[in-house]
Amino acid sequence: MTNTLHRYGDAESFHDDYVVFAIACKGKNDEDALPKLRRFLEIALEYKPVNLGDARHGGALRPSRSLNPLSHWKRDIKPDFMAVINGLDVTTTCAAVFDDRVAAEDFVKRIKEESLGLSVNVSTSIDGAEQCCQHACLARHSVGYSLGFEGKTEKLPNSQVLMLSTMCGHGMISHSLSKKMIDWVKEGRRTPEQAVSYLARFCSCGVFNPSRAKRILQDARTKTQ
Amino acid sequence: MKIDPAKCVACGNCTYVCPMGAIYIDPERKRATIDRDECVECYACFNGLSQEHLNPTLVRTIRRILALARVRFDPEPDVCPTAAFVPDELTWPRTVRRAFSDPRVPHESTGIEGRGTEEVKTNDVSGRVRAGEVGFTIEFGRPGVGVRFREIQEMCWALAKAGVAFEKKNPVTSLMTDVGTGTIREDILGEKVMSAIVEIKTGVERTEEIIRLVWEVEKRLDTVVALGVGARCDEQGDEDQVREILERLGYRLERAKTNIGLGRISSAHAEDSRKALTV
Repeated sequence: MTNTLHRYGDAESFHDDYVVFAIACKGKNDEDALPKLRRFLEIALEYKPVNLGDARHGGALRPSRSLNPLSHWKRDIKPDFMAVINGLDVTTTCAAVFDDRVAAEDFVKRIKEESLGLSVNVSTSIDGAEQCCQHACLARHSVGYSLGFEGKTEKLPNSQVLMLSTMCGHGMISHSLSKKMIDWVKEGRRTPEQAVSYLARFCSCGVFNPSRAKRILQDARTKTQ
Repeated sequence: MKIDPAKCVACGNCTYVCPMGAIYIDPERKRATIDRDECVECYACFNGLSQEHLNPTLVRTIRRILALARVRFDPEPDVCPTAAFVPDELTWPRTVRRAFSDPRVPHESTGIEGRGTEEVKTNDVSGRVRAGEVGFTIEFGRPGVGVRFREIQEMCWALAKAGVAFEKKNPVTSLMTDVGTGTIREDILGEKVMSAIVEIKTGVERTEEIIRLVWEVEKRLDTVVALGVGARCDEQGDEDQVREILERLGYRLERAKTNIGLGRISSAHAEDSRKALTV
């Protein structure tokens, strides 16, 4: 998913960011992929992911089409992983996000043993992905390097905003909302957990990493850039 | 996308969530308004905002009273209190905006959501990028800037002139009237999208040449470019050839997506392939 490739940050900033996703290849192995994708998500749940998602329905924290006005005072910000698994009804890309290296490595090893036949990719620092492969005794097949952002980069916001907003590579988390959440946390109007939940609901495929986002917001509270 | 003026209470929540910054409160109408030329039909407002179904008149009255007392209601920032967003009936060429901007809509040309590309993420099954080859994903407009097809065409022209082949199973390629020259159909050149990816493949030996060409063209574009480079690893899982070229060009490689090689062609398709070969 190019969606996860161009996250802004250096390798160290991805120490709590492992996106493992499964995808079927159009016309090659997609005709019976749906139960395999569901199995991928079910197995991921055993390794305590911080998010799960599919590219058609979104992640474990979703917007509501009919919100109760009383929710303003008591909003549920707990991810609903089972909604992702039970809601998967089409063949699409499925992702599991981990904030723990060991969990990601163990999950990759388990997925290898399950032999689902789907393409599986690990999107994180280059070294982090290599370690996952070593742990599972796998040789990397292919690698897609991110070369970062070029061109009219003066149109981009500061690094804190970019680190948050690029966690949805589809661009559904706007720079403005990310900046607003940083400001609200600084002002003490919302906790980092609450701010993260607002951002996560805009991610349409569930690859947003709430743990990393929380860390970025906590750092942004005291650092200017 | 449209905003129903009878429902909008000008709370301003939507002005922050629009990735293109295309929504503003019109000071005369006192309603949220969408700049249609800047809107890329990504549906982030409609899909991302939670909806309440409050009475607009009641909400406006309460807001007015609070404003008189210089008190500002502090609502959840990801909510449209009156469900004022109404999806528009899109027609060509505006439909192309949504296809390239709303990640939940699969591209007709590839059947894939998001930007509609598989790149090296299915390389273990597709064999798209082989040993000695490099796959480039040149993405325009990301993050949060947007791009018009006119600018994408500029890069495509330059790449075609350099003699590279565009990936056939790619949404941008499917919109070209002449793949040989990289010319994109005239009627969509002014359309703005969230982002679009041009995919090409070359031999490893052309890596530096292509990157320098991208550097040259991107200087003339009024948007950002995110470059991705895909390569096949050897049997031990190592990939040093392309990495060394990129590092020599000054790139600090921090992140990658790594295909771990677990994919395989399904038995049904393997049988089809066998029959095709037999015939």
